[in-house]
Amino acid sequence: MMRFMLLFSRQGKLRLQKWYTATAERDKKKMVRELMQVVLARKPKMSSFLEWRDLKIVYKRYASLYFCCAVEEQDNELITLEVIHRFVELLDKYFGSVCELDIIFNFEKAYFILDEFLIGGEIQDTSKKSVLKAIEQADLLQEVHTHTHHREKK
Amino acid sequence: MALKIVKGSIDRMFDKNLQDLVRGIRNHKEDEAKYISTCIDEIKQELKQDNIAVKANAVCKLTYLQMLGYDVSWAAFNIVEVMSSSKFTYKRIGYLAASQCFHESTDVIMLTTNQIRKDLSSPNQYDTGVALTGLSCFVTPDLARDLANDIMTLMSHTKPYIRKKAVLIMYKVFLKYPESLRPAFPRLKEKLEDPDPGVQSAAVNVICELARRNPKNYLSLAPLFFKLMTSSTNNWVLIKIIKLFGALTPLEPRLGKKLIEPLTNLIHSTSAMSLLYECVNTVIAVLISLSSGMPNHSASIQVSFSRHAHTFSLKYLGLLAMSKILKTHPKSVQSHKDLILQCLDDKDESIRLRALDLLYGMVSKKNLMEIVKKLMLHVDKAEGTTYRDELLTKIIDICSQSNYQYISILVELTRLEGTRHGHLIASQMLDVAIRVKAIRAFAVAQMATLLDNAHLLTGNTQRNGICEVLYAAAWICGEFSEHLEEPMATLEAMLRPKVATLPGHIQAVYVQNAAKLFATVLRGQEGAPADSTVAQETSQLLIDRLPLFVQSSNLEVQERASCILQLVKYIQKLQQKDVEVAEEVTALFAGELNPVAPKAQKKVPVPEGLDLDVWINEPPSGSESEDEGRKSKGKAVFAKDESRHTKPRYTEVDEKELAKRREVRKAEQANNPFYIKASPSSQKVYQDGVGVEHIPVVQIDLSVPLKVPDQYVKLEEERRERNKADKKKKKDKKKREKGEKGRRRRGDSGPESEEDITPAHMVDIVTEEMPEWIDLRFISPLILLSLSLAPHLQVCDIQGNLQDGSQVVVSVIFENKCDSFIKSMEFNVLDSLNSKLQRPDGAGPHDGLIVPFQLPPGISNEARFIFSVQNIVMPQKLKGTLTFIVKTDDSSTHEKLDFKLHFTCTSYLITTPCYSDAYSKLLESGDLKGCSLKLEGVNQPFHHLLARICFHHHFSVVERIDSCASMYSRSIQGHHMCLLVKTADQTVSIDAKCDEPGLLGNVLDEIKLTFSQC
Repeated sequence: MMRFMLLFSRQGKLRLQKWYTATAERDKKKMVRELMQVVLARKPKMSSFLEWRDLKIVYKRYASLYFCCAVEEQDNELITLEVIHRFVELLDKYFGSVCELDIIFNFEKAYFILDEFLIGGEIQDTSKKSVLKAIEQADLLQEVHTHTHHREKK
Repeated sequence: MALKIVKGSIDRMFDKNLQDLVRGIRNHKEDEAKYISTCIDEIKQELKQDNIAVKANAVCKLTYLQMLGYDVSWAAFNIVEVMSSSKFTYKRIGYLAASQCFHESTDVIMLTTNQIRKDLSSPNQYDTGVALTGLSCFVTPDLARDLANDIMTLMSHTKPYIRKKAVLIMYKVFLKYPESLRPAFPRLKEKLEDPDPGVQSAAVNVICELARRNPKNYLSLAPLFFKLMTSSTNNWVLIKIIKLFGALTPLEPRLGKKLIEPLTNLIHSTSAMSLLYECVNTVIAVLISLSSGMPNHSASIQVSFSRHAHTFSLKYLGLLAMSKILKTHPKSVQSHKDLILQCLDDKDESIRLRALDLLYGMVSKKNLMEIVKKLMLHVDKAEGTTYRDELLTKIIDICSQSNYQYISILVELTRLEGTRHGHLIASQMLDVAIRVKAIRAFAVAQMATLLDNAHLLTGNTQRNGICEVLYAAAWICGEFSEHLEEPMATLEAMLRPKVATLPGHIQAVYVQNAAKLFATVLRGQEGAPADSTVAQETSQLLIDRLPLFVQSSNLEVQERASCILQLVKYIQKLQQKDVEVAEEVTALFAGELNPVAPKAQKKVPVPEGLDLDVWINEPPSGSESEDEGRKSKGKAVFAKDESRHTKPRYTEVDEKELAKRREVRKAEQANNPFYIKASPSSQKVYQDGVGVEHIPVVQIDLSVPLKVPDQYVKLEEERRERNKADKKKKKDKKKREKGEKGRRRRGDSGPESEEDITPAHMVDIVTEEMPEWIDLRFISPLILLSLSLAPHLQVCDIQGNLQDGSQVVVSVIFENKCDSFIKSMEFNVLDSLNSKLQRPDGAGPHDGLIVPFQLPPGISNEARFIFSVQNIVMPQKLKGTLTFIVKTDDSSTHEKLDFKLHFTCTSYLITTPCYSDAYSKLLESGDLKGCSLKLEGVNQPFHHLLARICFHHHFSVVERIDSCASMYSRSIQGHHMCLLVKTADQTVSIDAKCDEPGLLGNVLDEIKLTFSQC
């Protein structure tokens, strides 16, 4: 099971964090800080996996963003790497060649996509298409609401 | 109203939305904290408004700020408000905020239960979806309990979108509320065959996670998963299934054999690296569990995997997998040595370290030199101190497996800069030089050069660590100076003024060894045809140089130097008189150090009359109450033993005796339910054991070692056992009957007496008309019953059952101690009005219970019988019989054994901890009736006394102050029992209170009995 996923920039700014086990705020901050340090210090040609505390860390860098997942000891590192990649693909499809700014300004959308893809630290749907379809429909629902809202206002 | 809406929307126009906030933060890089604090103030204002749109916007911004590390827990209630909005847009934001901010100690979570339930049953699947997603992040045990049913219903929702979410959430629910697993599992299993692949994979996911925690409950699903594995093409699902099999195979080896083929097929066919990796991992697990090994398979896996290991950062995983293989199939890894050596050049330190570990594991006699040479090359190139240190340690570890050329490697290592392993190298040098005679000459030569070049090592302060090596060098040169080619030169080198800059402990060794060298030099010079001046010059050299050390600030150096200086001065005087002194000086350092193997002590025979098993002092008093038994009685028993039996015993401390002791111990461990059983054969040997075999079986009165889970009590037993055997040889062999035995128990302090461990439960034995002799003895909490011919019964525990106030479980260990096969055992007890053996439905009240196993010779097994007890106030005795068939090669006889089970009132008590405040409340309540007891002449320490009551009578100590303690226990029917124990001048007074006076009286009687027996 995935414990948490972090997205952070090369400058060490957190862009997204998703915790699949309820963790106290203080511990979260400490872990994020520590992990960012470890990952940012690594050189480009190093392997994407490292052991950290009792977890395995799988990370990958896409442009200026690091995608970093913590999985449990028995989990498969390579499939986690694929999960990261799949998430990037989903973001890319949704935003249309995604960049860091898309995620900063639409961070709630990024969360919605992630929530449709993973739930409780497990992969929810292995098909890209069905994930995107679910998000589109939910968005549609949201727009209907905002439209009616606007109409109400008028 | 209209105005309010207009006002609201005008306000909104001035509000910042999320984008504005983000932009604002980016524009205020210098004073970010200040900017955000104004933003938070604005958000607080917004949250006060009634307009839900404004609130949602505020909550959205807060979620962003939360990510940046700001505390937003104060807004938890507002988040709940937004969650409960009827509009999906806001609900979505509310749930997102909740899933980011809430954790188990967030108290508003309690308020959300009904809202979440409403959302779960919403007709809009996206409402449900959002609620499920949120729940997955912040589910608490309470929520899990309250919502488990709702989620379970959703598992059969018409929409697969909801089904798969619900299935995955169930895992979280199981974790928080394990009781939900049982009712939900059948439905979860159904989902494995759901028509929607998404739901199916979700179910696989959940079951795999569950199985990983507790594999054995899921073995029955293996065929289903096997089918899925061979039919599925979804790699994500396959990986989970294969992982599940990895967890199952250690439990079911047959599964492993079946898996190997489909897995190898997958390995060869798949292009997905992750799947390949999972397969390899599982195959390794399978191979390990099969242990028989399938070299062909493993080899093919190897090849395919290492092929990929060349590419990218899979190296790391490849190395990881190889280290797993290495443990079971070292040979197959050997062929990849070159590949692994290449990994040492990798840029990633973790890869290098893995490779190093692997190489270390691979070292064998044949390839040692090769690997070490390669590693030495790497030492030069190695960057990063941790890695280099690790490398050095590994080289030294590897080298210590072999002696030759090791020294030169060590010397080479000293040339490295900045290592911190001086100590390690030094100790290894000493170790090899002392251990291996053949290498000494070589070592000494190397060390002499090292000493000669000492200035290279010490020149740099950075190299401080390495000067430790000189310590070893000086000592080796001194101790084995006879191997030196030019002792004079070395002596010279050791007395250079520069040496004084070395650390004190090294100087000390230098001085001492200079003296040793001096002796050698003298002998060489005096042996040569009369040239006494040379010898005198040598002495003069020492006299010149040593004062430098005498001035040393290090005490050790100073002391040794001045001592040796005086010695040399004296020698010089003698030399001037032309006296030959070399012989005498050498005598100072005579004697050779011999290496002693760590196990050498074992080979030294134990001198006659020395028993290493006997306590030299009184054994330390543990909490085990058996100790007291030994304390009071033990002395007499010991003394008597020694005078009578020491001789015969120790004259035969030979192989036979040792073997016997070993067997006895094994037999005991096999009998003891706390031990993992030894091989069955050991018991047989025990029966044939020396001493016991001389006695006709029928006449053995006590044949069973006492079962007490304590190491030294066991030793004590062995001893007693032997004594008994000895004694019996002497004593005339008369059958003892019950009465006499009872008397013996108290009166006779003969060596065999079992009083050492006071029986807490007594069992009467019906022996008079019995063909065999039975002894039934209860030792709390272990009760045993033995009989010589045929099964050996051991009642290992009579224990109340907490869940049902009228049940008592009796565990009986049956052990076959004869040489014949025993079968058809039937255990029967004559029910009393109060206590009944629980028999299966449909059985008559007098039918026996069939013991569900047969016993080959020497085997033991445990059966449990449940008794229902109405009234626990009185102790109970139940008569019982055990019938069985003894089958020998040519005949079979039907045998019967009578016994009595004694349920004491103590056995209805259950040790229950109690806190002192609860305890005092209990006493204050006034519901308890009192009773007291005085024991005279108890001369044991108070804590022993308490331990004894705790152990034998299932009490726990609530509080203890000096010589006064309060204790508590509970009966299976919930009676509280409180004791106040005081001691003064060998008198113990016990004031007891209980809500059931009858029970109390009986328990007190039993306590009294316990103490009267010691």
